Amino acid sequence: MELTLWTYEGPPHVGAMRIASSMKDIHYVLHAPQGDTYADLLFTMIERRGQRPPVTYTTFQARDLGGDTAELVKKNIKEAVERFKPKTLLVGESCTAELIQDQPGALAKGMGFDMPIVNLELPAYSKKENWGASETFYQLTRTLLKEKVSSSDKINPLRWRELGRRPKVNILGPSLLGFRCRDDVIEIQRILSEQGIDTNVVAPLGASPDDIERLTDAEINICLYQEIAEASCEWLKRNFGMEYTNTIPIGIKNTIEFINEVHKKLDLPLTNKEELENKSKLPWYSKSVDSNYLTGKRVFIFGDGTHAIAAAKIAKEELGFEVVGLGTYSREMARQVRATAKDLNVEALITNNYLEVEDAMKKAAPELVLGTQMERHSAKRLGIPCSVISTPMHVQDVPARYSPQMGWEGANVIFDDWVHPLMMGLEEHLIDMFKHDFEFVDGHQSHLGHTATNTNKNLNSDEKKEKNNKEGIIWTESGRAELTKVPFFVRGKVKTNTEKYAILRGIPEISDETLYDAKAYFN
Amino acid sequence: MSKVEFNKETGPREVFCGLTSIVWLHRRMPDAFFLVVGSRTCAHLIQSAAGVMIFAEPRFGTAILEEKDLAGLADAHEELDRVVNDLIARRPEIKTLFLVGSCPSEVIKLDLATVAEKLNKRFLGQVRFVNYSGSGIETTFTQGEDGALKALIPLMESSNEEKLLLVGTLANNVEDRFKKIFRNLGISNIESFPPRQSTELPKIGKNTKVLLTQPYLSDTVRDLKHQGCEIISAPFPLGIEGSTKWFLAAAKAFKISELKVHEIISPLINRAKLALDSHKEILKGKRLFLLPESQLEISLARFLHNECEMDLIEVGTPYLNKDLMKEEINLLPDNTKIVEGQHVEKQLDRVRKSNPDLVVCGMGLANPLEAEGISTKWSIEMVFSPIHGIDQAADLAGLFSKPLKRNQILTSKTLVTH
Repeated sequence: MELTLWTYEGPPHVGAMRIASSMKDIHYVLHAPQGDTYADLLFTMIERRGQRPPVTYTTFQARDLGGDTAELVKKNIKEAVERFKPKTLLVGESCTAELIQDQPGALAKGMGFDMPIVNLELPAYSKKENWGASETFYQLTRTLLKEKVSSSDKINPLRWRELGRRPKVNILGPSLLGFRCRDDVIEIQRILSEQGIDTNVVAPLGASPDDIERLTDAEINICLYQEIAEASCEWLKRNFGMEYTNTIPIGIKNTIEFINEVHKKLDLPLTNKEELENKSKLPWYSKSVDSNYLTGKRVFIFGDGTHAIAAAKIAKEELGFEVVGLGTYSREMARQVRATAKDLNVEALITNNYLEVEDAMKKAAPELVLGTQMERHSAKRLGIPCSVISTPMHVQDVPARYSPQMGWEGANVIFDDWVHPLMMGLEEHLIDMFKHDFEFVDGHQSHLGHTATNTNKNLNSDEKKEKNNKEGIIWTESGRAELTKVPFFVRGKVKTNTEKYAILRGIPEISDETLYDAKAYFN
Repeated sequence: MSKVEFNKETGPREVFCGLTSIVWLHRRMPDAFFLVVGSRTCAHLIQSAAGVMIFAEPRFGTAILEEKDLAGLADAHEELDRVVNDLIARRPEIKTLFLVGSCPSEVIKLDLATVAEKLNKRFLGQVRFVNYSGSGIETTFTQGEDGALKALIPLMESSNEEKLLLVGTLANNVEDRFKKIFRNLGISNIESFPPRQSTELPKIGKNTKVLLTQPYLSDTVRDLKHQGCEIISAPFPLGIEGSTKWFLAAAKAFKISELKVHEIISPLINRAKLALDSHKEILKGKRLFLLPESQLEISLARFLHNECEMDLIEVGTPYLNKDLMKEEINLLPDNTKIVEGQHVEKQLDRVRKSNPDLVVCGMGLANPLEAEGISTKWSIEMVFSPIHGIDQAADLAGLFSKPLKRNQILTSKTLVTH
């Protein structure tokens, strides 16, 4: 049993709903009690969808349990098929139905329908949402393509030449409730098309079962989100010899690397290599003098595996930040995140407990947090600017404007979204210059609203009292006076560092000199 | 009883389960913690229904059952013990801990009553443990509050003092208004259940006169009756009419003259009628379809028809206690169609066929109906907004007039641009 106050991921059947709702001509009969219908609002409210998810909940009640719940399942399947006439039927159960073992998938298969039926077994007590989405997409792909397996030869990624046409790829992984998927797909299709590559199928987002059946018309697969598509890509590789890409095109370097990888896999010469460097404004904006102040900004990163790893690379290599924390809630991607963290000399945080993340954030004392909506809340409490880079989805993560994370435009979006929460360089410089003027109100940070002044307030209001911390270290009058002269946006860090230094050296009282000693030590 | 048409329907539903009521119960009693014993689905449900209300550490959580808990029940009890110990160590300010049963805990027959009993012994004098079920196989939405309140009744001490007991969660400001009005009427001993602090449970007995503020408390009412309380029969205090009759019923139970009631509330009524007028202008003659969710539907239908002159197409309710609702049903217009239960697909067919001006429904259905050109109002807003009492009648009407008004604004062409 695990105490959970808040969870980054829903149960696995919500992952299955994400696949079903992303697609056309599919219906999902879910053996579940009435309360599970809450999941519809994730799609209709958060994604603002104008259609209900294509899901029928069998709605069994306590009084049904003594009787025949299997009959109830069959009745609901029959009604759903008659009403919605799906081309493929998904059948599964949520956590409670898993316990009563009606085996709805097997029941559905015995009902004599001629459409393909996918029996989803998603263990609700050990797995989570992204796994459920991945497994559903995999089972669906497998069911719809398994007849082709024996009859077809391995796909030669170079066959487009013989066929006398442009190379074709599938873009796999984008789904509803995935971070900015809608716009990433447009961006990636645009990039591929510029390189003379056509998109065969995008799935699951917007695909129908017919589209899944023609996945093998493409030469290779683009695995856009490993959390959702890697299992399917692997199966397609094993059974049809379809190669798939490993690079996630988030950030300039990765986008260029991605384009290289696609060209290599298709044996397509890359002719516009120099041009690629100038496709996004990020490299120049990052190089421009105003961005000098970004150098070494301490950034804490937490999110799903795909976005956290990409963010770390961009932060370090493209914006010149210092990554002081990296973590993910995606256990399935823990290995990759650990490897990235190792390269950055930080310890990876793999957890589903947001309070642990908040603690780690506090300890790392970052100047910028890149996280989920939950880290945005935590950062707000700590007075640290934050930009959201990952699911779980919030209505704000489905902006009206075109706002991808991937490709050239994605890099532009990322530059703006990450840098604007920080103060602009010039502004920071001016604040520093004028901080001793009487007009200057300490703690004035318009971009953070009124939430960021906690640390300052504590210091100011406690001025008369001795400030004893846990280790019994005392701030003397001169030490405190010097601390108030430190710009507020680094004051918390200076305070922590000075105390750390005092403990290290066994200094019981912190004076202004201790502060400068510590400053020299940590430099 | 007016000639109301009663129907029952079964089938797939689109409603919240009783766990959702934790969202307002934990705010009502800030010294209590609600620990759901359930699955990741339960945890995800509550956080999704609570929406933006993410706090540093909420006063609700889920002990998520894992595969190893399902293997043997003894383990599950021990595991729950461990989780509770951790929780209390972390949150020593908690005075009452509700162990809330869920669909999976009910199906595996996890005996939360025994667990609570043991924990009560261990934490005697520090934390009280209460258990109830908010499972979706037994409860819908607001019925969760019914379960929580029912579970507290055995802890209420007895007293023969005469008092008025308001039963059902109210917004604090509304509660204060009600108490002031009752004091003006001459009723001085007034208490609320649930109280604002979980440890300050009212004492009850044969001179306790229970006045319900919410229509979804069937089990609580029955148990209060068993404890000797007198239940005042009245419509619910939604709108001017309902609230007036509600005050009158209470006054009658305390032998206060009708004249006195009218004297006190007439200025309120006049004021409220004025405020209501602008909303009535929008709502008048508009056709309303209420889908089942909160059990407030019948009272809302009565208010929206009698005071706002809307036409009622269908009034859905997840559950109907005809006895508890008889005063309300009597006030409904003839031929009102009440449907208990739901077959969501068939009901939506009827919605589309009847072409309503406004549909009251859950959040899962609102945007899809809007996309079809049908204006909607989310039912969950009724349980989070202060809507009770005469002073709030216009605000209540406003919840329904706003979507229509907005629709009018967005479809009108008053500005000519060149």
